[in-house]
Amino acid sequence: MNQQYTVHLEIFEGPLDLLLYLIKKNDMDIYDIPISQITGEYLEYLDLMKELNLDVASEFLVMAATLMQIKSQMLLPKQPKEEEEGPDPREELVKKLLEYQKYKYVGQILSQKELQEHDVFYKTGVCFSEEDYILDVNIFDLIECLKQTLNRLPPETKEIVYEEIPIEQKIREILDYFENKEYINFKEILLKQTTKIKMIVTFLALLELIRLKQVVARQAKLFGEIRIYKVN
Amino acid sequence: MEQQEIKNIIETLLFITDEPISIEKFKDVFLNEITENQILESIQQIKQEHISSNSPIELKEIAGGYQFATKKEYGPWIRRLFKEKITLRLSPPSLETLSIIAYKQPITRAEIEEIRGVDSSGPLETLLERKLIRITGRKETVGRPLLYSTTKEFLRYFGLNSLSDLPSLEELEVSSFQPQEELFQNE
Repeated sequence: MNQQYTVHLEIFEGPLDLLLYLIKKNDMDIYDIPISQITGEYLEYLDLMKELNLDVASEFLVMAATLMQIKSQMLLPKQPKEEEEGPDPREELVKKLLEYQKYKYVGQILSQKELQEHDVFYKTGVCFSEEDYILDVNIFDLIECLKQTLNRLPPETKEIVYEEIPIEQKIREILDYFENKEYINFKEILLKQTTKIKMIVTFLALLELIRLKQVVARQAKLFGEIRIYKVN
Repeated sequence: MEQQEIKNIIETLLFITDEPISIEKFKDVFLNEITENQILESIQQIKQEHISSNSPIELKEIAGGYQFATKKEYGPWIRRLFKEKITLRLSPPSLETLSIIAYKQPITRAEIEEIRGVDSSGPLETLLERKLIRITGRKETVGRPLLYSTTKEFLRYFGLNSLSDLPSLEELEVSSFQPQEELFQNE
């Protein structure tokens, strides 16, 4: 019972890839595919993949169903009238195969070019300030910065008026700043706030965003400018 | 401005740049105060100097601009220096996905999958990570799906000057399968 056999199973990217392989292997005419033969071979491959416990993607099963549908359509006796004008049930599949084949071919061209260019190198980026911002900022740095900015509030806005600002609103506002920017300056965003309470809520909103890992605070050197970067 | 000075500036910019510099970009830098011919002349001069001195660095016309590149034969030495940064070659699924994007850009994931007949999120992720493609917007259709296009890095990576260096779709039709008759013309 110790039957030994080797399996040469090429790894197919998808059902179209497998079909093209079968067409080439059997030297079939892509414009006149013997549908019953190819369906049989296709199903054999699927069985083999299952046997080998390979994960058969659902796309393969959909194609199997398509093939069987085409096969049954072709088996149906044709009405003499339809014979001339009726579309070949294989037409759509052939179109798809040809289209796919084109890009597969370009992929091979690109692969050759990749190999050709493999040993050509260009200079990589010069390090400008943005890339120097690699230090994580801790909570004390942030508080220190808040303290400084609080002192810079113009005196006339120091009056105490009770004002309720939902933190969610500030969070949204902060995220809006990122619309067309890579980073925002921490101090700048605090200084945009006109009152103490707004400043503090903004500060808390930023802390919340950092906690939620939506943004990170970075600086280039200790006690340097703090920048807030959005995490993608 | 003296031609020698122009040449020096251009050579400096070419030395420092990390992406190909187009003629337009050079003009910008010179605030349009010098002519395209003056720029081209300098570029030719620099190129020639590197050739005649047998330099291991060459000035290449690539991805719609100019940039210095190392010569192939010294690639292995660079690999030794940057051992830890070696990138893998692209897989067939990634190359195939990239080909579709190159010809059909901007294109959505669903449209790519329609052609490939298989899920393409993995390849797209790889390509985005390698900066060979980028998101260029959203298609104004149900669900506003993201649109993908190729980048300059794509051209440079494959040693192309522009997308037109790729074979045309008509050429492909002939060479990829040699159809006996043009049965199903699409588009």
